Amino acid sequence: MHTIYNLVTGPLVWVSFIIFFGGLVGKFVYLTNLAKNKDPFVFNYLSLKHALRSIFIWFVPFATMNMRNNPVMTVVTFAFHICLILVPIFALAHVIMWEEAWGISWWTLPETLAIIMSFVVVGGIVFFAIRRIVLPEVKYVTRPQDFAILALVAMPYLTGILAYYQIFDYQTMIILHILAGEAMLIAIPFTWLSHLLLYPMVRGYVGSEFGAVRHVKDW
Amino acid sequence: MSEAATAKKIEDIGLDQGAAKLTPERIESTIMRVINLENSARLKAYVNTCVHCALCSDACHYFLSRDRDPKYAPVGKIKQTLWEMLNKKGRVSQDFLVRAATIAYTECNLCRRCVHYCPFGIDTAYLITIVRRICHLLGVTPQYIQDTSHSHSATMNQMWVKDDEWTDSLMWQEDEARDEIPNLRIPLEKEGSDIMYSVIGPEPKFRTQLIYQAAVIFNECGADWTMPATPGWDNSDMSMFSGDFEMMGRLKKSHYETARRLRVKKVVMGECGHAYRSVYDTGNRWLGWKDMPIPVIHAIQYFWELLKAKRIRVASQIKELVTFHDPCNTVRGMGLHEMGREVTKAFCPNYVEMHPNREHNYCCAAGGGVINCGPPHKMTRVLGNRVKAEQLKATGAKIVVAPCHNCHGGLEDIIHHYKLDMKLKFLGDIIYEHMEKPNAV
Repeated sequence: MHTIYNLVTGPLVWVSFIIFFGGLVGKFVYLTNLAKNKDPFVFNYLSLKHALRSIFIWFVPFATMNMRNNPVMTVVTFAFHICLILVPIFALAHVIMWEEAWGISWWTLPETLAIIMSFVVVGGIVFFAIRRIVLPEVKYVTRPQDFAILALVAMPYLTGILAYYQIFDYQTMIILHILAGEAMLIAIPFTWLSHLLLYPMVRGYVGSEFGAVRHVKDW
Repeated sequence: MSEAATAKKIEDIGLDQGAAKLTPERIESTIMRVINLENSARLKAYVNTCVHCALCSDACHYFLSRDRDPKYAPVGKIKQTLWEMLNKKGRVSQDFLVRAATIAYTECNLCRRCVHYCPFGIDTAYLITIVRRICHLLGVTPQYIQDTSHSHSATMNQMWVKDDEWTDSLMWQEDEARDEIPNLRIPLEKEGSDIMYSVIGPEPKFRTQLIYQAAVIFNECGADWTMPATPGWDNSDMSMFSGDFEMMGRLKKSHYETARRLRVKKVVMGECGHAYRSVYDTGNRWLGWKDMPIPVIHAIQYFWELLKAKRIRVASQIKELVTFHDPCNTVRGMGLHEMGREVTKAFCPNYVEMHPNREHNYCCAAGGGVINCGPPHKMTRVLGNRVKAEQLKATGAKIVVAPCHNCHGGLEDIIHHYKLDMKLKFLGDIIYEHMEKPNAV
């Protein structure tokens, strides 16, 4: 058990972080170069002001028409993404590990709050999955791998909750939890989870086109 | 079951016979060439970003009008066309191409409303344009729009108008107008004028009174204007929509160069939406211009400027209840919505908005070349825009002002089919009828 634990908290962390960051940087460099060669006008039309304006507006809950038209989806999406990002960075156990490994430390979430937020993430995933099954227009464009991606994202949070409450064997659960987190990180650059990176790129471009060329809002 | 749900496959000789001539090798190599060589970065970014959430669905008038049939959702249309081409690496069948072309040419107006609904801002219109480009290169295009594109390449105008017919139409309208305004001229080839006025092919062909009206407005506000007597007078561009970008480039070049030859300061164009898209968005880019090489002002903006400068003065007003339809290409294309309203309201104090409006307005379902796909596909767009009819009806207005030719075509059919008690007007119609005309007898 200790060997496996050492493996998942040691080399595999490195591997997953290298693939995660390397994959995203690689994707950014690849798409930017491709755009330079094939769609060079993208750079001519980029307008920092309008790109940032668009990115910002779409970060504000209920600021856009479609967010107002779908209030439940809006609340779930924002809560889900906020919790999804904050929990792994500020969970007490995670910060302790950083401190032990690198001697660096930062603010942490109260444990109860972190658990509630993990429930929000899992709840969000359940909501998205139900949406994919129930709404015909979403079902029509949903592929099996879309559910697999949802499951992949849910796993670290679900196992985190199970480990916290010490349901099942704690040590096994912790190892599963770490593995699930690493699997998610590795999957990000290679699936639509890469919208983490592509969101600002696509939004920034369309914001520039709408703002600077067409002189109209894009929300 | 609504009438929209019972739609059948439409026979179109251009699509069916075009596809029948294809070999699997040609299909594959053409698709892969367009995907990998002509497009790449934006296409890859959009396809990689899409999380298949279908939040774009509610943006589409086809989806809403077709009882929320997922096949008409923007992402649903991409699934049936581009995703399939990408997944199969171009190895798709002839039948698939006919269906893909039908979707791309007749079930999407490239109105870009869904861009406003996508959380990422994925430009579905751009993706559908790629499908059209592929279909064009494969020769699988609806017969009517292809004929229009042929007209562009043979005559440099959309309607097979011959050179002498063009000048003849202008002189005819000048003649007619001089009964009303004796000093009126339609100046031809007047070099160094402030303005070159350009119109679309259908104006001399069957909406000639619009040229009359424009001439009266120019004359009465004392504009220094001219019209070309040579090809290059037509600013329209169906090749842009058929996927024939080479021809789109030739057309725009001819339009810009005609303006340059006449040494005008700017081009004012008639009330057309798609032609405007081709001068500020697509044609200029194809030719390597970041912006328009010569300022091209849409009639909405020109009328608004005249009104602000008090060069157009209101003589009388319309008493009936009036509403304003925002054409996609002047609104999501150029943000001219407030100008259009201000001009309308100056003549129509009894005004009501339709909802949603401005940059969120529903398309007329004729734009993007859909109406140009002709009679076989008419009911696709009429049944695909029930929401527009409902939107119009809810205003209770008797007149709808739409400053775009295609919008007129689309709205006319909708008004007729859904039995709405409404009249359609251009801005030019109401200005001509209700402005002060100091030179009139």
